[in-house]
Amino acid sequence: MNRIGTSGLQLNEKLIFEHSDSGRCGYSLPKLDVPAVSLPEQMIRTEVAGFPEVSEIDVVRHYTRLSTWNYGVDSGFYPLGSCTMKYNPKVNEAAARIAGLADCHPYTPGHLSQGALELMFHLQTALAEISGFAAVTLQPAAGAHGELAGMLMVRAWHEAKGSRRSKVLIPDTAHGTNPATAALCGYDVVPIESGGSGVLTAETVAQFMNDDVAALMVTNPNTLGLFESDIKKICEIVHAGGGLVYCDGANLNALMGIARPGDMGIDVMHFNLHKTFSTPHGGGGPGSGPVGVAKKLIPYLPKPVVVQNKTEYKLDFDRPESIGRLRSFYGNFGIMVRAWAYILSMGSDGLKFASQMAVLNANYIRARLAAVYHLPHQHRSLHEVVFSDANLPNDCHTLDLAKRLIDYGYHPPTIYFPLVVKGAIMIEPTETESKEILDEFCDAMLAIAKEAAENPDLLHAAPTLTRVGRLDETAAARQPCLSWLPEGL
Amino acid sequence: MEFPEDFLYTEEHEWVLVEDDIVTVGITDFAQDALGDIVFVELPEVGYQVEAGKTFGVVESVKAVSDIYSPVTGEVLEVNDELPDTPELVNTSPYEGAWMLKIKLDDPAELDLLMDADAYQSFVEEEE
Repeated sequence: MNRIGTSGLQLNEKLIFEHSDSGRCGYSLPKLDVPAVSLPEQMIRTEVAGFPEVSEIDVVRHYTRLSTWNYGVDSGFYPLGSCTMKYNPKVNEAAARIAGLADCHPYTPGHLSQGALELMFHLQTALAEISGFAAVTLQPAAGAHGELAGMLMVRAWHEAKGSRRSKVLIPDTAHGTNPATAALCGYDVVPIESGGSGVLTAETVAQFMNDDVAALMVTNPNTLGLFESDIKKICEIVHAGGGLVYCDGANLNALMGIARPGDMGIDVMHFNLHKTFSTPHGGGGPGSGPVGVAKKLIPYLPKPVVVQNKTEYKLDFDRPESIGRLRSFYGNFGIMVRAWAYILSMGSDGLKFASQMAVLNANYIRARLAAVYHLPHQHRSLHEVVFSDANLPNDCHTLDLAKRLIDYGYHPPTIYFPLVVKGAIMIEPTETESKEILDEFCDAMLAIAKEAAENPDLLHAAPTLTRVGRLDETAAARQPCLSWLPEGL
Repeated sequence: MEFPEDFLYTEEHEWVLVEDDIVTVGITDFAQDALGDIVFVELPEVGYQVEAGKTFGVVESVKAVSDIYSPVTGEVLEVNDELPDTPELVNTSPYEGAWMLKIKLDDPAELDLLMDADAYQSFVEEEE
């Protein structure tokens, strides 16, 4: 079925500031029944320039209309590679709205927060079991924050031994945030080329390993969607050289329930609850980036740590070797509730099945498109597949394909990443998509390849069916217009 | 695509123009073409010590962010202050308007490790 509507009402919408009319407001306060107090002069703003004055219905319609312009995983297929834009089951939302959890104040004393602490304890225990690590902290607020926590622990471990290593090895198939994390923790980054196969070899790591290397940061499966099959040997080499191995767990959706990074010899890894454990990415967050560690790193975990103490759960602040607190309070608790609801509702078999389906779906797309789209790496794909634009004719490139996919009603895949593939098209379907949806998407991809050969203008002009046509990304980046001013100001 | 004869080149696609012991550095026509429209350039300050093979700055295009590697070791004598405000020069004039740094060369022997125009052109054709 063609899902592209041929007609339909799309309402234009002004900026909220442009709805403003002097004196209009969306609230009515009761009559003052306490003595009036005036604020000190210096605390009062004399002017709030252009602040919108609108009624409640103005605000509701404004944001509802804007929401109809949006495209999310609830509206259609969203194969944004590396981001794992999986469906967020509504049962997670129901759990997160349970009053005792949703309204729990972070200053509530421990003996009145037993339910929340118990949930955190169970979640960290479950994540440790899924990943094969000795302990897990839930504090970090997102993946990159988890990386920071992990690498600070690596540093603390080295410092406790009096070692002053200065380098971190990072293959070119690792996630782009990894070098930033290493640099932020004071390390020099040594990039390693993965070579033609796209998989890091033990021999390559051995060449780079020396007594100035603090750690290797690796993403497994890597950003090409390939499993690092030498990982166990690689960990042994790094350990023998006195270093630690960090794993970016962003791609855990290919391994969950099947293989455990802790068993592979990895020392520390972050999870992305907003990827693998089906919590929302919406609006940029909040995310959650728990970190699992091997036994030797437990003393350095961020504090406080949630512990079980005979009959009660409590927050343990007595952690003298801890890297300290990383986040106000205890992390993004509402996200933890959603992830725990997901784990419980899926069960161990369900989590494993999700990974199997994610891998099957990516390989189905690969099989259907590989005859037409160039596949730079032949190694078997896991949960995502990376094509390139090398086969597209008539000056059609990855960007044109991505824009044309919008006309077919799909969110484009990740483009121009990973950097090791020129003109990369990185497709991650996730486990929830049916064969029918995958077929519709593949049909669209094949139709676009045909258009590129027969009528390339369709690609160069795309998107044409959207509210706005192709945006001038260059001008937007070079001369960004970031603030609105009322006319005449 | 241009490969000016009087320049030297790195495998990371920087160019080098040598005038006595002062070298001027930028990124090549091939690099700007591969990156696409450049929207942001970050350069170090005068006095900064660059090291051969180490990064000294960043270029960002609509597609990606890339490090710029120093071809030589030495002190930064001059920085193209116009470039951060007019990053499009990297696309329109990679070999002139978009020069990035002038560096006081510590060790002229480092220049022997760089490619001439012909060698760079074949290197690029192989990468394609």
